[in-house]
Amino acid sequence: MARIDLDLAHSYKPNPSADEDYALLPLKTTFRDGGAYALLGPSGCGKTTMLNIISGLVQPSHGTVKFDGADMTKKTPQQRNIAQVFQFPVIYDTMTVAQNLAFPLRNRGVAADKIKQRVGKIAEMLEMSNQLDQRAAGLAADAKQKISLGRGLVREDVSAVLFDEPLTVIDPHLKWQLRRKLKQIHHELKLTLIYVTHDQVEALTFAEEVVVMTRGRAVQIGGADQLFERPAHTFVGHFIGSPGMNFLPATVRGGSVEVGGHRLGGTDAIGRLPASGEFKLGVRPEYVAITASGTPGALPVEVTQSQDIGTYWLITAKHGDSLVRARLSAELKAPQVGDHVWLSVLGSHTCFYDNEELVA
Amino acid sequence: MSAMKPVNQKAWFLILPVLLCVAFSAILPLMTVVNYSVQDIISPERRVFVGTEWFKSVMRDDELLEALMRQITFSLSVLIVEIPLGISLALSMPAAGWRSSAVLVVVAISLLIPWNVVGTIWQIYGRTDIGLMGWTLARLGINYNYTGSASDAWLTVLVMDVWHWTPLVALLCFAGLRAIPDAYYQAARIDGASKFAVFRYIQLPKLRGVLMIAVLLRFMDSFMIYTEPFVLTGGGPGNATTFLSQYLTQKAVGQFDLGPAAAFSLIYFLIILLLCFILYNWMQRVGTQDTSEAGHE
Repeated sequence: MARIDLDLAHSYKPNPSADEDYALLPLKTTFRDGGAYALLGPSGCGKTTMLNIISGLVQPSHGTVKFDGADMTKKTPQQRNIAQVFQFPVIYDTMTVAQNLAFPLRNRGVAADKIKQRVGKIAEMLEMSNQLDQRAAGLAADAKQKISLGRGLVREDVSAVLFDEPLTVIDPHLKWQLRRKLKQIHHELKLTLIYVTHDQVEALTFAEEVVVMTRGRAVQIGGADQLFERPAHTFVGHFIGSPGMNFLPATVRGGSVEVGGHRLGGTDAIGRLPASGEFKLGVRPEYVAITASGTPGALPVEVTQSQDIGTYWLITAKHGDSLVRARLSAELKAPQVGDHVWLSVLGSHTCFYDNEELVA
Repeated sequence: MSAMKPVNQKAWFLILPVLLCVAFSAILPLMTVVNYSVQDIISPERRVFVGTEWFKSVMRDDELLEALMRQITFSLSVLIVEIPLGISLALSMPAAGWRSSAVLVVVAISLLIPWNVVGTIWQIYGRTDIGLMGWTLARLGINYNYTGSASDAWLTVLVMDVWHWTPLVALLCFAGLRAIPDAYYQAARIDGASKFAVFRYIQLPKLRGVLMIAVLLRFMDSFMIYTEPFVLTGGGPGNATTFLSQYLTQKAVGQFDLGPAAAFSLIYFLIILLLCFILYNWMQRVGTQDTSEAGHE
């Protein structure tokens, strides 16, 4: 178990110059000892690269990786004592389930009775005790992935366990079970866990802290609450939430926020907004509500779409060129397409973005 | 009745072309051999049905049994040398980039040379007066003479076959190795596996399919070897390198003993079939057996 400090950048190309040449732009972050983290982002954002750098499968082209303050940048995965589980199950075909689980221990010369005890414990955790003597090659994909997970967890003394989208091949109902299992294991073993995923639900339920990444950048690190309430970057606003945050181009004129020429009124944050020029107003669809016409902070809109999502209505409306989405309670009578209503967009949950970064 | 699926036996006609091809290319020639094997052909006009007489006599033919033993020894030696050598060659070949392409081309060269040319190349190569290998060996004080010494001849034929066909095993294994996903190697590094463990638990099991093909191909080919030793040693000295097919040819074409030759052809065919069957089944079971033993640990 260890605290992991990253201060690095990585490029797969020999002489990176532009930002696009980097798989990981310069970043500095710390993973606490015993924490559960998720790296969240779309495909190709650099999360697997980051994971492989932590485990030592990839060496960063710039900067350092430190475990508990000791420089590990040039160390192998074995020296770092890292466990990693991959996206697709990796099993050793000729071995039984038990031998597969024992493999990482056997390679490190652990005593036979100790191996037996650990394998037994992990198998029990993964509910595979009755399959220990079976040949691993003949099992189904999810059972194979459970073996991969088990090999990641079988060593007690690891610095961290890294998961690279480990539940991709697992059936949805088993996904829930295994995710719960992982959380439970985290509580029991107090291991540092880092979990890569592109699924926000998976990230937010598994991790205490989520690192949101896009195009090689870690744009925000925080808990579910922070990511939802105060996205540090418009990307986080888009990516987290369903649907994502509304962003409306806005300006400040005469102490009042204006969207598409409509005066919304003043706000506490007005001092921190750029006095001239455009910025973006961000508001979650959950915080948009229908109000009486002329209410301060509300915007007159025309409804263009009204969908029944079951537990709520999803309304899409437009004001000029700007689109606003709202999640309205299913108990309300939803407005019809073509209706003109007022939607509150400026309130205590509203965020402001200048150049895609949160300013207020 | 109208609800029933119409039965149309005309579909059988569609396999007629294949049937004709196979009949002319395989079944009819084989039947000719069967026909010869049960008759004594005294002259084009006179033939006598002899039943299993030829089969009995060839089975008692000492010379033939010697050739069979030589053949089995040779094929086993070929497998014992070429398979491990091919695997290690494949493991040491560069995996990607221009170096990989260059090595592939170089390795494949010997496969492109016609059999009789291979024999000629080695015939000259082994000559002590003008051949590079023979001359070098002679200069080193080794008394090497493949036309005089039975063991030298036998070894030369073996080395020639290794030179000619190991690349095939290597290429098959190379393809098999490239098909192993990177994640396996990464997982092995994470699991702290040694180089040998990676080979034993990842590469070798994943190569099973291609190795099976390699073993079967090399076995069948070496069991039927004819041209190269024929050109190189002509079967000599004495009968040291007279393998089965050459013996058979001598009987059929040289002595016109069509009956015994045909009988033995059939036996030859069945031996190859049987040995391939045994090899195939054994290799199919290797993986599974491995674990059932290991499971009792």
